[in-house]
Amino acid sequence: MRVPMTWLAEYCDPGMPAEELASRLAMTGTEVERVVRHGALSGDNFVVGKVLTREQHPDADRLSVCSVDVGEDEPVTIVCGAPNVDAGQTVAVARPGAVMPDGTKLKKAKLRGVESNGMILAEDELEIGGDHTGIMQLELDPVLSGRDFTPGTPLEQALTPGEDVLELEITPNRPDCLGVYGVAREVHAITGNELATLATGPAPSGDESFPIEVQNHELCPRFTARIYRGVKVGPSPLWLKQRLSAAGQRPINNVVDITNYLMLLTGQPMHAFDLDKIRGGKLIVRNAAAGEKVTTLDDVERECDEHTVLVCDGEGPSAIAGIMGGAVSEVSLETTNVLLEIATWNGPNIHRTSQKLGLRSEASGRFEKGLSPELQLEVQQIAAGLMTELTGATGVSPTIDVAGEILPATPIELRATRLAGLLGTEIPVARCAEILRRLDFEVAETAGGLSVTPPHYRAADVTREADVIEEIARIEGVDSIPATLPAARSAIGRLSPDQKLKRRIEDMLAANGYSEAITWSFTSEALLAKLSPGGAPVERDLLKIANPLSEDHSVMRPLALPGLLQSAQHNLARGADAVRLFEIGAVYAGSAQEPREHTAVALLLVGPPTAGSWRGESDPGDFYVLKGIVQAVVDYAGAQAGYEPVDAAGHPYLIPGRSARVTAGEAVLGWVGELHPLVAKQFDLPHAVVAELNLQALAAQIPDPVTYEPISTFPPAREDIAVVVDAERPAEEVLTTVRKAGGKLLTAASVFDVYEGEQVAEGSKSLAIRLTYSAPDRTLTDDEVAAARVKITEQLQSIGGALRGQ
Amino acid sequence: MSETVAKIQSIEAEAKVAIDSAATLAELEDARVKHLGRKALLNDILKSIATLPPEEKGPVGKAGNQTRGRLESLLRERQESLETAALTALLEQDRIDVTLPGAPPVAGGSLHPITQTRREIEDVFIGMGYRVAEGPEVERVHYNFDALNHSPNHPAREWTDTFYFSDDVLLRTHTSPVQIRVMEQHPPPVYVIVPGKVYRRDNDATHTPMFHQIEGLAVDEDVTLGDLRGTLLEFARAIFGDEREVRLRPHFFPFTEPSVEIDVSCFKCKGQGYLKDGSRCNLCKGIGWIEILGAGMVDPNVFGYVREAGYDPDKIQGFAFGMGVERIAFLKHGVPDLRLFYENDLRFLGQFGRGVA
Repeated sequence: MRVPMTWLAEYCDPGMPAEELASRLAMTGTEVERVVRHGALSGDNFVVGKVLTREQHPDADRLSVCSVDVGEDEPVTIVCGAPNVDAGQTVAVARPGAVMPDGTKLKKAKLRGVESNGMILAEDELEIGGDHTGIMQLELDPVLSGRDFTPGTPLEQALTPGEDVLELEITPNRPDCLGVYGVAREVHAITGNELATLATGPAPSGDESFPIEVQNHELCPRFTARIYRGVKVGPSPLWLKQRLSAAGQRPINNVVDITNYLMLLTGQPMHAFDLDKIRGGKLIVRNAAAGEKVTTLDDVERECDEHTVLVCDGEGPSAIAGIMGGAVSEVSLETTNVLLEIATWNGPNIHRTSQKLGLRSEASGRFEKGLSPELQLEVQQIAAGLMTELTGATGVSPTIDVAGEILPATPIELRATRLAGLLGTEIPVARCAEILRRLDFEVAETAGGLSVTPPHYRAADVTREADVIEEIARIEGVDSIPATLPAARSAIGRLSPDQKLKRRIEDMLAANGYSEAITWSFTSEALLAKLSPGGAPVERDLLKIANPLSEDHSVMRPLALPGLLQSAQHNLARGADAVRLFEIGAVYAGSAQEPREHTAVALLLVGPPTAGSWRGESDPGDFYVLKGIVQAVVDYAGAQAGYEPVDAAGHPYLIPGRSARVTAGEAVLGWVGELHPLVAKQFDLPHAVVAELNLQALAAQIPDPVTYEPISTFPPAREDIAVVVDAERPAEEVLTTVRKAGGKLLTAASVFDVYEGEQVAEGSKSLAIRLTYSAPDRTLTDDEVAAARVKITEQLQSIGGALRGQ
Repeated sequence: MSETVAKIQSIEAEAKVAIDSAATLAELEDARVKHLGRKALLNDILKSIATLPPEEKGPVGKAGNQTRGRLESLLRERQESLETAALTALLEQDRIDVTLPGAPPVAGGSLHPITQTRREIEDVFIGMGYRVAEGPEVERVHYNFDALNHSPNHPAREWTDTFYFSDDVLLRTHTSPVQIRVMEQHPPPVYVIVPGKVYRRDNDATHTPMFHQIEGLAVDEDVTLGDLRGTLLEFARAIFGDEREVRLRPHFFPFTEPSVEIDVSCFKCKGQGYLKDGSRCNLCKGIGWIEILGAGMVDPNVFGYVREAGYDPDKIQGFAFGMGVERIAFLKHGVPDLRLFYENDLRFLGQFGRGVA
């Protein structure tokens, strides 16, 4: 919303510069985006000029070569393209060096071989109006008569000087501030400076009527009209054009300009019909039939649904109510009789319709916020003044008013105790009353406070005590409220066990060399297809966005892997020699009806797990490195991880033989594995090891508090055995067999070496296992250990294992 | 003095020289064998005492044993000194180039600056008695808009502004729906903050379609707007420095009434609007204040949606606030472009490594 300062001051003079007013407004609830200077044509290079001679350009039919007096000793030559330029005219000239409104700096130029020392300006170039058909002849404009047009006079002096314009951001609860007068009311409330009333026009001189039927008052609470005869359509005067252009609206003709001007002044949009083009001599406001087509002013045929409200004449639709007029009864230069419609519409329905049609206008933007049904009668009276004054018309009808039931605003009780209780500070009742009266509220004192009634234009926004308190607080200044702290009784701040686990895992991963990534929650089916080496799409119940910004961001990620792979690709392309990343974030599945999400811990390792140095290379980053990290994550949750063959079909991006499903008891936690080389290739990665665990499933494993187990004071007995088994036999199976056979005395068993080669038979491997025996109450004898070993040896035979060397 | 005793003295003198002059442990061992060994002269003398005349037995035995004791002690001392010298020589040989780089510790990983900022904010509020609540990102229109008092035609509801899965299911546009979910589950008083990802259908220089918010909600019988101010003042000082002030500007949000925007005094120019060299502060754009969050007193209509859970709008009141984590991180760390937060460039992430949080 653009508010020119001079226009504002006509209704309430803020008595302070624009910048200061901007900050006062900001501190009372009206955000000022910025203050701009309108009328950039200031400075020495914009002057009045007089055209002395005009000759045809030798090489261009449409160009004239003019000699122009710009107040210097010698006239200058200017090449001009306007068809109406001629000797004797007084014109506005931009000299070389002038900075035009679009920011370009004017230079001397040669046009078809003739040097031009500047430019003669048209209306739109002067930011006065929209006219670019010809140059502006200053001496012809009646508003400018009497001004000093001596050649060389700065334009700022000869025309209206530039001014500051406030660009306001009006919050959706304040449609009343979508008009200059509404902002003037705010200035009045803030400063107490006098607020001028809006001038109304002469009473109508006739009592003509016009048949208007409103079929649905719920969607059209009020429809008013007045009839004007003897209208002369033509250009608006300079002051009106300047005002509209300062407010950001293009001038068109006097009738249309009046409707725009009044909308910008009062916030109430309106529509002027050419009375003689209203077919059938009547207007009907009705719901459209489903599929009904209407051609709007912009020459587009639009299809309506049954909720769309149409303004129709005797033969059919003429406008889409509240959104855009139709071409049928548009005002034209030939128009002599006008019906001025001022109505209000159901806000949410206008919003819905404008969404549906993809059609927004200055009018719909105001109507959709819901305009007070009192406003129309006021604005008809104001319009009468401009219509008679600027178009020479005569009002021949009183306001024709077709309204539904209009409920008066009801009083709201304001309790002083409630105000103090909500704000945490007291504001005297008398002061509250003063503020509210300035805001145009009706105020009556009551035993405990005030009874207040908002003005009609605030009635939709201010309906409850809290709303009244806000009005008082914002004018009094919310910033003056002293800072206190809540009593916070019984508020004990802490993290939940799940939240603590998450933090511990994050810290552990960072300490182990993994950097935390945050990748988009969005992915695409194309990207997911890259995870299937065969190109066969992964069968997943993908959660798809109905209105994505792009195809790349159209699906909610079912796993965090693609984002991490892209991040690895990004880093390798920028010279990184190793990438270690983790991400903890939501992943999604299901349908719109039954969406699911859980938090995943995702890991990626490309390259060595630690940086190499002059002492030698680091370990290769393989499956076992990342499994170690996964193991640590599971340990942090206090769970016992198990590893099983991965479901290859469900994880086509993994090498089946080098991947594992991670479990904890019955629960599946996730997976860890080496990335399939064909998938790695898709992301330009030499190789990668990746893992993903379900944090919620992991958190469910957090055990009850650990109970102490006695530590044996007797020294343990250790021995190493070498077990030869089939090369395919998983080590975990061998260890499980050993542990079972070892019984209570065997407190630990772990693999410390694996050997395949000449020393063992082909197809076999030798696992070196360290066994630790101990008992809580005694030192074990050699016999006891020997007995345990015999048992272990026997049991190993059941899985085809033999002690090496036996 | 008997001849034997004199001999013993001469042996001792000779042995002392041998021990003292031994330059290596091997030479010392030779000296020991020669003078104190089983075949040594001293040993022979001591073994032959029995054959001596009775008047010589005493003096010779005493002198012999004393000499042996002294020589053994000398030998030990010399051995220790030679061993020390040998070790020193060995250590000297083992010199290393201490200027070579140290072996790298486990490579430094780091928490994402968003996580660091989120935790820092969480910890401030945990210290003030808040718990951390979380909620789903795929949310229902009811929780995201309706129960938060958004009018049916509120622009944020538009399909141009919000990601939808269906007419009823969307990606939450703020963390505020968790307010409702928390209140449904817990009767007042409630003090929670809600960190999480949120989504809006924006993608330009200053907006990303996904970003992070932290919501706060404090509801009790007597929580006031003054309490909101005090709470956010504590927050601003904890995050931006002890000298900070906050400023409240009236604003409009559907789910709070009154609503305010909170500015913090600029920490770059100390709220002056200009820097020491007189130039305009580019952080606050010369205003001296930086907008950091939106807040307000919870609208009675919002309580109306959870009245059944114990929230009678006439009896309880409270405040809510919401801030963008990226914005706070951007202000704190001067990150010039939002997209840096999502590229996961290790050169960027590494800057927020150990010791930053």
